[in-house]
Amino acid sequence: MEPKLTSEQYFEKTVERSVVEAVLRAAGPSRRQFLAGLGGAALTALIAEVLPLGKLTAFAADPVGKPEKKDLSVGFIPITCATPIIMAEPLGFYKKHGLNASVKRAAGWAMVRDWAINKEVDAAHMLTPMPLAITLGAGSVPVPFYMPAVENINGQAITLHIKHKDVKTAADMKGFRFCVPFDYSMHNYLLRYFLADGGVHPDKDVQIRVVPPPEMVANLKAGNVNGYLAPDPFNQRAVYENVGFIYKLSKEIWDRHPCCAFTVSKEFATTYPNTFGALFRAIVDATHYASNPAHRKEIAAAIAPANYLNQPVTVLEQVLTGTYADGLGGIKKVPDRIDFDPYPWHSMAIWILTQMRRWGHLKGDVNYKAVAEQVYLAADCDRIAKELGYPTHNATAMKHTIMGKVFDPSQPEQYVKSFKIHSMA
Amino acid sequence: MAGKDTWLISVTLLILFLVVWHVATLQKAFDPKGLTEEQLQLMEFNGDIVRNPDGSYAWNPEKEKVKGVPGPLTVLEKTRVELGEAFEKKGTNDHGIAWLVLYTVTRFAAGFLAASVVAIILGVILGLNKVLYRAVNPYIQILKPISPLAWMPLLLYTVRDPKWTAVLVVFMAAVWPTLATTAFGVNSLRKDYLHVAAILQLSWIKRLYKVILPGAAPTIVNGLRISFGSALVAVVPAEMLLGELGVGYLSWIEWNNLDIAGVIFAILVVGAVGVVLDSGFNKLAGLVTYQE
Repeated sequence: MEPKLTSEQYFEKTVERSVVEAVLRAAGPSRRQFLAGLGGAALTALIAEVLPLGKLTAFAADPVGKPEKKDLSVGFIPITCATPIIMAEPLGFYKKHGLNASVKRAAGWAMVRDWAINKEVDAAHMLTPMPLAITLGAGSVPVPFYMPAVENINGQAITLHIKHKDVKTAADMKGFRFCVPFDYSMHNYLLRYFLADGGVHPDKDVQIRVVPPPEMVANLKAGNVNGYLAPDPFNQRAVYENVGFIYKLSKEIWDRHPCCAFTVSKEFATTYPNTFGALFRAIVDATHYASNPAHRKEIAAAIAPANYLNQPVTVLEQVLTGTYADGLGGIKKVPDRIDFDPYPWHSMAIWILTQMRRWGHLKGDVNYKAVAEQVYLAADCDRIAKELGYPTHNATAMKHTIMGKVFDPSQPEQYVKSFKIHSMA
Repeated sequence: MAGKDTWLISVTLLILFLVVWHVATLQKAFDPKGLTEEQLQLMEFNGDIVRNPDGSYAWNPEKEKVKGVPGPLTVLEKTRVELGEAFEKKGTNDHGIAWLVLYTVTRFAAGFLAASVVAIILGVILGLNKVLYRAVNPYIQILKPISPLAWMPLLLYTVRDPKWTAVLVVFMAAVWPTLATTAFGVNSLRKDYLHVAAILQLSWIKRLYKVILPGAAPTIVNGLRISFGSALVAVVPAEMLLGELGVGYLSWIEWNNLDIAGVIFAILVVGAVGVVLDSGFNKLAGLVTYQE
């Protein structure tokens, strides 16, 4: 633990550290070694000679820099993962931070991706793997994107058709037909992880199809598919329609896993730094507000109307409060069935990248750490959390436990190679 | 007399259809017999039933909309609510049906008119020039049958704007039939007309206005009719895929909520808009007649 700093000192340090990081990142390998060898203090002094650090600090410290652009549009998909992004409009979080933002509903992930890339919206709700995939150019044109904040953690589930009441393990699901909402989604990676953990090869023993969530419910009704790993409210929706039951919450696969994200293009963040700052603050603020269980009912009512999620309030309440009917005639109480925590751990990004490697979504060598740090803005997220008086973190990576197996973010390649079931060439 | 008869038959068919639909989708009133208090609570919790003020239970009317196919009364109720809020705007994603119709019609009109102008100009040029016509015709024949929606990803990628993409999809749907028929119509004008025009030494513009266009008008209007139909068909799925507010996207939003009554309402609106536009277009087309 470092000695306690005043918030000003901490802030100056953060600015210095980000400048140093930026310089190191921009330098070539040999120069980087030389610079890194200097140590922090010497390096800061060196940079201060050419860069007005004081001015930079003052500029960054101005939290109420006038937004260059007030009228914003934020794209979202109508699922409960987007709760903070959506509720920030009716509950006034955008306004509170000086923005006139409205949310624009998209009907699918490809649509929201195209909107974000084509600047139809200024910022967008995406799946946590998407900014990584877009930045790397997997499945789209490579456009550098930032993920300043995670929207929700947990909040997904494996839903099966009611006729599969007796299914106990992954092995019982051989030959099943599943749906996931997008190739580059935690849903896909968690479902694959779960199946492979139970000895089922997701590319050989079952079929996994990409289908928009509302169609998953309709397909389940029609008996075209056996189950799906979907975002809520579509798991609860299957119970509400009396066609499916909630087999497993995603939190039982990886507790506190990331799900959806708030993203902006690098271009937007650098062209409108004050606007980006205000938007970032509004989102972090809203996300923390949503994490308080006492607010969940109010939020459910705020995001139910046709302008936002267009879903029955009873369904949303069951998802957000975690007191829900499981579809097998029981009522479960899991308060953190969905939760909200904005901090984008780099280790989350690294885990996602390992799974992209594992299932053949990324070919060749991946610089896990560099990509994670470039896209997931953990330090910035903490700076804003501190400003708003929310708890901060003293690390950007941690070990995660997924289905009992520990993932060490410092050894990603080893982790990838440790799996017997994979789709690597 | 004959007209009256068919009118009667039409109405009878409609009534018959509505009655069958109503009976087929009727639900028995909720009967709590044989259910424990706990099961009733669970059903209420899941939104299957609602508790009346007197403590008895009834099927949840909200859920009636999503249980299989809704009956005509549910659709009627939905229609009443939607038309009651036709001119309201509740935020960025929930605009009244009147607005949605306006957006769709504007999009459709812009694409169709632009396509018609382009197609008629190109068609006349091709029709007057036999060599060029023969050279270009194979390409028109290849491009004509391509579904306008097949162009969508390419258009989206190039213009990078969903609003323009939607208009361009309509354009793509409307341009080929008019182009092909205009070229054909101008090409097969009776040679006497052109000879007369040449003898009278009419100027180019006059020739176009007095001879060529009127002469080819019936064929051109036929082409426009075909274009009109295919543009109308293209505008709805274009909105669905692009997420642009309009009647096409409305059915998709209702589908997102699995609100089948809403989906049926959206389909009815699409049909009504189509009928109105079509009859208006036919009135206009009727003005373009000429005697030999």
